[in-house]
Amino acid sequence: MQPALNRFQRTRLRVREKRSQWKESLYKAGDLTAFMLRFFREAVKPPYEWREIFYQCYLVGYRSTFLIGLTAFIMGAVLTIQSRPAMASFGAISLIPGMVSVSVVREIGPVITAIICAGKIGSRMGAELGSMRVTEQIDAMEVSAINPFHYLVVTRTIATTLMIPLLTMISDAVAFVGAYLAMNIHDTMTVQHFFQAAMQHLTFVDIFPAIIKTFFFGYVVGIIGCYKGFRARRGTESVGIAANSAVVASSLAVFIIDMLAAQITDLL
Amino acid sequence: MSEKEENIETPETAIEDAESPVMTGQAPPPEPTSDTKVQPKEPEPTPKEEPVIVIRGLCKAFKDHDVLRGVDLHVNRGENVVVLGKSGTGKSVLIKCLVGLEWPDSGTIEIFGQDISKLNYSAMNALRVRTGFLFQNGALYDSMTVRENLAFPLRQHKKKMTAEQKEALIMEMLEDVGLEDSIDQMPSGLSGGQSKRIGLARTLILRPEIMLYDEPTTGLDTGTSHEISELICRTKKKYNISSITITHDMPCAKMTADRIILMKDGIVYAEGSYQDLERSTDEWIRSFFY
Repeated sequence: MQPALNRFQRTRLRVREKRSQWKESLYKAGDLTAFMLRFFREAVKPPYEWREIFYQCYLVGYRSTFLIGLTAFIMGAVLTIQSRPAMASFGAISLIPGMVSVSVVREIGPVITAIICAGKIGSRMGAELGSMRVTEQIDAMEVSAINPFHYLVVTRTIATTLMIPLLTMISDAVAFVGAYLAMNIHDTMTVQHFFQAAMQHLTFVDIFPAIIKTFFFGYVVGIIGCYKGFRARRGTESVGIAANSAVVASSLAVFIIDMLAAQITDLL
Repeated sequence: MSEKEENIETPETAIEDAESPVMTGQAPPPEPTSDTKVQPKEPEPTPKEEPVIVIRGLCKAFKDHDVLRGVDLHVNRGENVVVLGKSGTGKSVLIKCLVGLEWPDSGTIEIFGQDISKLNYSAMNALRVRTGFLFQNGALYDSMTVRENLAFPLRQHKKKMTAEQKEALIMEMLEDVGLEDSIDQMPSGLSGGQSKRIGLARTLILRPEIMLYDEPTTGLDTGTSHEISELICRTKKKYNISSITITHDMPCAKMTADRIILMKDGIVYAEGSYQDLERSTDEWIRSFFY
């Protein structure tokens, strides 16, 4: 039986545990950074897996269109309905299309699309690659002299980087439709009038940075999803952990990038 | 004495005359006793032998746990070495070190005369193409059909092959493993034995010169195990493949082994032919043959 520890020894033990936790966190942060940088090195190296890239684009883009579209429609409609009373009290109902368009294009469209993709695509990638790790499929690629990073990670990350901006554009357009229909619940507004009012308030500074940041969103959703799956440990439990942590980490990364983008855009 | 028995390194007499078992468990490996022949520190193949794999003093630890503690081993061309041992003795780690899935802490591994620790990524990959690895569960890519599973390594490594040549090769490999009817099936629809056969076909399609089998018969019924063992023998004969087989399955070892290595606590405890080891008086060795 081990002797009971005194207060000093217990504190020392706790400090040691905390230190090792910090060390592990730092190690993981370093590993993630190296993994993210490796993508750029591997992405330019042949052979280019066009077939797999197109297939992943299909999975990421086409298969998510309905979900993104539906969410965007509801988002546009709800934003219009919720803002109407406040705008009406200022007698500024005619400004609703402009307000909705700026909110959707600058912020809500890109962030909601990226968050939905982090949940849908990030978790799928985490679970898929985690399961491949557990069932030794990634090892099988490695021993067949096929670079699994190149084949699995690069293709998926390229797909998310290209498809999330596209999905954001679709989401913005569908949100306008939702907003237009919601406008017509209480008021009557022609399509032409609505879109004219909406576009009138949109400038280059609203559209361009918003589109640029979606490429970064796509990149982090893809790379973090792949990282969590690729680094999954043995055992089925790790597949669930990989999927879950992929969603949490990529959602968090999306918000951090959004905050940085907002700061940078503010300078323009 | 059969031809197989003549090639063994453990003298029959040494095993027969033995009285006390070799007890190991601490590195460095214990002194050889008369009962078992502990592996030589540096394998010295006879002139007739042509070693394709030479392992010297291989050590590997995971955190504080020493898994391999100085393994010395060699495999000659066309020879199948079966590695036996209780779970956790480092058998799988040993073959994973050979293909770079694990990296040893110390010791050297030479494959076709090349020290793998000195190879760069592309040279290592070139060596991996010449070395096949059959995983315990086949490790088939579950998002691909059987055809795509077999075509995948060809697509990566045989770019000059025409589609017709690839298709013909895929069919040939499937015929070899007796599963030509499963060509369009998904891996989820295959049984354990079929998955292993397809896994073997996928590995053999690149015509490796060395095969590493990681527990090829684990989890299979007796009949299927026998079929897989036969397949290993047939493959070896047809393609003159050198191989290392990790197994717990004694009938498989008996059928496929030219030489058996017994591992205990991360070192080579004994080696010899199946018949020699079966006659051993060492209790621990005998426990495999009950």
